[in-house]
Amino acid sequence: MTQLPLFQPPTWSVTDLTRYLRQKIEEDDVLQDLWVMGEVSNFSRPSSGHLYFTLKDASASLRCVMWRPNALRQSYLPCDGDAVEVHGSLSVYETGGVYQLYADTIRPTGEGLLYQEFLRLKARLEAEGLFDSFRKRSISRWPRVIGIVTSPTGAALRDMLNTLRRRFPLVTVILAPTAVQGAEAPAGIIAALQALNQTIQPDTILLARGGGSIEDLWAFNDEGVARAIASSQAPVISGVGHETDFTIADFVADLRAPTPTAAAELATPNQDDLRLASSDLAERINRTILAYLTETRWQVTNLGNRLQLFSPRSRLRSDLQRLDELSRRVVLAQVNMLRFQRLQLQNPEQRLAVLNPVSVLNRGYAMVLQPDGTLVHSVTQVNAGDPLDVRVSDGKFSARVTQRTNPED
Amino acid sequence: MTPSKSSKDTKINSIEDLTYEQAFTELEAIVAALESERKSLAESMTLFERSQMLVQYCARLLDQAELKVQQLSGESLTDLNLPA
Repeated sequence: MTQLPLFQPPTWSVTDLTRYLRQKIEEDDVLQDLWVMGEVSNFSRPSSGHLYFTLKDASASLRCVMWRPNALRQSYLPCDGDAVEVHGSLSVYETGGVYQLYADTIRPTGEGLLYQEFLRLKARLEAEGLFDSFRKRSISRWPRVIGIVTSPTGAALRDMLNTLRRRFPLVTVILAPTAVQGAEAPAGIIAALQALNQTIQPDTILLARGGGSIEDLWAFNDEGVARAIASSQAPVISGVGHETDFTIADFVADLRAPTPTAAAELATPNQDDLRLASSDLAERINRTILAYLTETRWQVTNLGNRLQLFSPRSRLRSDLQRLDELSRRVVLAQVNMLRFQRLQLQNPEQRLAVLNPVSVLNRGYAMVLQPDGTLVHSVTQVNAGDPLDVRVSDGKFSARVTQRTNPED
Repeated sequence: MTPSKSSKDTKINSIEDLTYEQAFTELEAIVAALESERKSLAESMTLFERSQMLVQYCARLLDQAELKVQQLSGESLTDLNLPA
């Protein structure tokens, strides 16, 4: 009998071990953010909407799951045999006892390489300063000539021309036709850009292409195209693919539009806005002029009223009034004068009456005269015994001086 | 170009030579002048008449405009007629 060891190593349950493995895997950062490439096999998509497949290469395989929400986001669904790159995190499916990749993105292998290339070129051109905002030229507000670089047969051209015709038909469009996909496309686009700049010198250039796969749009990620855009004299508006597509051309362009139609919109004013703007200006002018005329009319009325004050008629009227007043004052003055003169006249009469010797005699006084008629007004004129004539109011009689006294002091 | 740019007087006389941009810019200038400065009545009326002509001219340019499309082949231009 073999002796049993005193202390057995601990025995794991399957569940514990599986859980332990799962923890180990999920703790590892590298395993939680993986790109894995391989060939798709056993691809299945049950009604649940989840995707199940196996990634294989020459000597190994890896089970993969993509849950429904991620699967719905995929524009690309792989088929068995496709070479793909899958991004996701590794974990353990405990019930099945298998480790598997929980995928969130699946893409064809070539696309990944293209994307790497795209990122490298983008980083290089960005470091060179080709995307700098100070390089961006402003887009003419009133273009007279717009150059278009695109395919002469594509829907993009038709869309742009319709948009330009609708918005700003005053513009002249010069198409520099070129292939926009395929091996010759980059050289064609470069030549078209150069020809427009050299021959036409348009106000704006639209570089456009309708939507397509990322390979279809690849000419717009060409370095030569990027440099041709950067060295264009006319500002370039790019409108490549759909709203979600970003190409190198978009980064170098002076303005990026999400679509060809949007590029044509960004290049031109809208005639509806222009009509509105000019009728708005017209209305402002009308308002200003009307206000001016109203004010001027008011001023004329006001001046007229003020002029009335200076008109000969009103002067005459005021002169007449003045005349009236003056004549009234003259009359008054004359009356006063007469009244005064009358007063002046009455006094002398009274004074004359006082002086009249007769009136004095009337009041009982008498005049004493010498025989020769000389008026006696002093005692020195007479001596005792001298004859005198005495005159009273109604006649005279003779008298004689009986006694003379010396003059009184 | 026609010699319309040579002096201001000829520019004022020949409204038909203006581009839409020039006409519109002049319209804006008239508004600015009328709204900001005190003009004589005669001058205001002249500007007013000019502005009426410019407004009509701008509308007429847009009404009558037809998008012109040409194709550049080498250095030569050919008219391009595409179905709308």
